[in-house]
Amino acid sequence: MKILVCISSVPDTTSKINFTDNDTRFDTNGVQFVINPHDEYSLTRAMWFKEKQGASVTVASVGEAAVEATLRKALAIGADNAIRVNAIATDGFFAAQQLAAIVKEGGYDLVMAGRESIDYNGGMVPGILATLTGYHFVNAVNGLEIDGDIASVTREIDGGKEILSASLPLLVGSQKGIVQESDLRIPNMRGIMMARKKPLEIKEPVEAITATKAVKFEKPEAKSDCKIVESVDELVNLLHNEAKVI
Amino acid sequence: MSVLVFAESSEGKFKKVALEVTSYGKKLAEQMQTNLVVVTAFVEDIDPLAKHGAEKILIGNQDSLKSSDAMIWADFIVATAQKENAEVIVIDSSANGAFVAPLVAAKLQAGFASNVVALPESLSPFTVKRKAFSNKAFNHTTFETDKKVLAVAKNSFGLFENPVQPETETFNPALGEGKITRTALDKAQGKVSIADADIIVSGGRGLKGPENWHMVEELADVLGAATACSKPVSDLGWRPHSEHVGQTGKQAASNLYIAIGISGAIQHLAGVNSSKVKVVINTDPEAPFFKSAEYGIVGDAFEVVPQLTEKIKALKAENA
Repeated sequence: MKILVCISSVPDTTSKINFTDNDTRFDTNGVQFVINPHDEYSLTRAMWFKEKQGASVTVASVGEAAVEATLRKALAIGADNAIRVNAIATDGFFAAQQLAAIVKEGGYDLVMAGRESIDYNGGMVPGILATLTGYHFVNAVNGLEIDGDIASVTREIDGGKEILSASLPLLVGSQKGIVQESDLRIPNMRGIMMARKKPLEIKEPVEAITATKAVKFEKPEAKSDCKIVESVDELVNLLHNEAKVI
Repeated sequence: MSVLVFAESSEGKFKKVALEVTSYGKKLAEQMQTNLVVVTAFVEDIDPLAKHGAEKILIGNQDSLKSSDAMIWADFIVATAQKENAEVIVIDSSANGAFVAPLVAAKLQAGFASNVVALPESLSPFTVKRKAFSNKAFNHTTFETDKKVLAVAKNSFGLFENPVQPETETFNPALGEGKITRTALDKAQGKVSIADADIIVSGGRGLKGPENWHMVEELADVLGAATACSKPVSDLGWRPHSEHVGQTGKQAASNLYIAIGISGAIQHLAGVNSSKVKVVINTDPEAPFFKSAEYGIVGDAFEVVPQLTEKIKALKAENA
């Protein structure tokens, strides 16, 4: 089984979000970049497929040289090889077209892409990639088992979950739950040393359209101070008469 | 030219989000000086759509639409968009909306923006405001494409009544066979989901253990609220992952969010910023959550929460 895990390199979840150049650009100053959490869950699940079912695992990302550090971390966790498309991912449509070229060339049985990245939260790459490649597709996946060429996929729905059956090749928009938080792996020294020797191929981008542009950013308005109330009676009164939410 | 809204139904009834996107579509059509078309499937009572401004309603009822394969639904919406020459397609941000919307965009070669919170601030270039950076910021996105797909963030726009006498039509374009089949469904009956909830009661490690969750559930019961939790609580296995609200969990976009014994880590706040009124109950006056909340009580959850449940019960009885 050949698996491709799509990796987005995103600001660490604790990052303070600031903008620069007159609020037209995300300020990367002092920001540490990590594997997008939903992608890290996917990668960990892929490692189990590798260890238990003999899968090979490729990781791929669209980005400039800086994303190689994130790809090396994925290699240190255990991926076999990495591909970087040498282009700025101007929007999700552009990124999906680049990844589609990799998917078509590599002939993967399973492609895993996080449900969304935690920076732009576009939530579009898995779906667009599935449409461009013709792979069977399930989004918001928090459980995945594969037996032969049939996958049993757990999809989170509003208020519950459903189990779906699909044949390979399959693309999943995966999320937390596909493995647990405690299953995530921290690369050890041996992994980090080995990662340096693993192949990291750089590809030039294919011709693609950018459908949208983020032209300006803003932070939410500073909110007024929290009203600290002394009694439950006062709270109920405020929620009923002032906020009118109960 | 037209604006097309996909109104999702569940068991033959419209969800609140369907009426919210219809309200959005109506205002957008007015702004663009065009007409609104709403597409839906398997519903008989279309009055709620008519009440929110749906001038024309297309209804699918073919068996193909019973498929669990979102590609079939995307083909259905695309066929409608082509029939009605839609320039903008508006979809909600429910689990199904988030599944199908990018597929529609890809099939139409349309630009896509999710988490949209307002009507376009400009039609040329077409520019919308959307949430990004896990609710820590907004961005203004312009479209380079003629066709656009917008996914409207839940509870960001509101409901607007605009009663019309709609023209309705049954529409069943040729659709393929779904490639994905459902083998099991596990949906909590009689419980409000975080996605659909107007009120959410959420608990953190301050509750000390899963055996104390009855306090959260009792308060949620009197409020008709969904229950939720912080990430450590779901990681510890006290509560299911489906209740985790935060950056990598669910987004809470409710009118009221009550946080009990949750200190307010930045990742948790990212998941609740879209809620309108936040109430924090915590023993620690320095808990960062107070800075993000509208109302707070510094106190012991074990005393405050049962009192709160009783007082709200009394208030409800008074107003019944």
